[in-house]
Amino acid sequence: MTWFLGHLSQVGGLLATHTALAVIPLLIGLLLAVPLGWLAHRYRWLTAPLVAGTGLLYTIPSLALFVLMPLVLGTGILDPINVVIALSVYTVALLVRTVADGLASVPDEVVQAATAMGVGPLRRFFTVELPLAVPVIAAGLRVAAVSNVSVVSVAALLGISQLGSLFTDGFARDFVDPIVVGIVACMTLALVLDLVILVASRVLTPWQQRGRTA
Amino acid sequence: MSAIWRWLVDPAHWLGSDGIFARLGEHLGYASVTLLLAALIGIPLGLWIGHTGRGRLVVVNLANGMRSVPTLGLLFVAVLVLGPRLGGDLAFLAPAIIVLVILAIPPILAGAYAGVESVDPAARDAARGMGMRPLEVLAKVEVPCALPLIFSGLRSAALQVIATGTLAASVSLGGLGRFLIDGQAYRDYGQMAGGALLVAVLAVLVDLIFAAVQRTVVSPGLQPTTSRRATRTRLVPDPA
Repeated sequence: MTWFLGHLSQVGGLLATHTALAVIPLLIGLLLAVPLGWLAHRYRWLTAPLVAGTGLLYTIPSLALFVLMPLVLGTGILDPINVVIALSVYTVALLVRTVADGLASVPDEVVQAATAMGVGPLRRFFTVELPLAVPVIAAGLRVAAVSNVSVVSVAALLGISQLGSLFTDGFARDFVDPIVVGIVACMTLALVLDLVILVASRVLTPWQQRGRTA
Repeated sequence: MSAIWRWLVDPAHWLGSDGIFARLGEHLGYASVTLLLAALIGIPLGLWIGHTGRGRLVVVNLANGMRSVPTLGLLFVAVLVLGPRLGGDLAFLAPAIIVLVILAIPPILAGAYAGVESVDPAARDAARGMGMRPLEVLAKVEVPCALPLIFSGLRSAALQVIATGTLAASVSLGGLGRFLIDGQAYRDYGQMAGGALLVAVLAVLVDLIFAAVQRTVVSPGLQPTTSRRATRTRLVPDPA
């Protein structure tokens, strides 16, 4: 506790970087996963390759992915872009399946009713199918958000500064306090992001009953 | 790219006590010991919870909660706190294995629990109606029906352990992570990226092997529904 109070601004700075490194990939991943998930849902023959293909990317351990990114991107090993792109890949891997599942959970009658009312495919997607898929997509997004926060910290082993740096610094100095502060900060950040997505999902789907968990 | 290639094709990097074969052996060694211990704890407990319906809230919250714990931090705390008490060869190994087991239990537990819970109540009632005792119902009906989810839990745990095993090098253990950590220390990107490539290939291979084993072990009658159910319960591992 004393250590934490004495290093508030340092921890705050690392927390801000950590948040950016976890949240930016979440948004990029979501933006990419919606069209990919739609393709996987719309065209049966694309489902297996898209879901399995992106899923296979998810099996690659994060440390390995961080190290291999410079080869693909031509960046430096210490470039935080590596972390952002690698986590975007993981987020897409998780969400393609979730978006496809979410779209599949929309009742057929609803889609048919919208079509019968003369709603075109594009407008139907954005005003009917996507909003109704929000609870399922949000559930996947929560998993992605929480795991992103934890995975970002691994990048500290490569010298990319964020809350994980408290782990490596503490370990190098045989000093547990910064590590514990880092763990608590990571878990708090994960909890906050989880809550933000939960609340956003509730706000976006006012027709859902209150008190039901996503 | 050429740096990786040069590192990978050099026979000197494959043999010897710190060569690729030895590191791969260590990596698989940690991973199998961990997975075995986690399965010994997680499967019976998960089956029991699924069968009796007791403690399901604990399982769900444990599986979700563990996801938010940063692996690297947990590993470092375990080594710093437990290491000095154990001393000697065990100072790094035991805490690392304990952390790996702790991380591997939730997906296995959740898989076993969700598997038993997803069994059609009609099948369970039919077995009971045929006069089976609770343990018989578990062994003859619930476990076979739960196998797909038990396997996906094990598969998630295996990937988690392989990924986290890479981090073990940062607490002076062996395994494929050594190439990443040593490569960085010597500013040898070829070694780092070569090691990373090996880890990535290993993870993908293990995943494919698990998928193949799952396909042969699970009863054909259960195959089509399995992927859908597995999707719903989302037993995804963290890439650690």
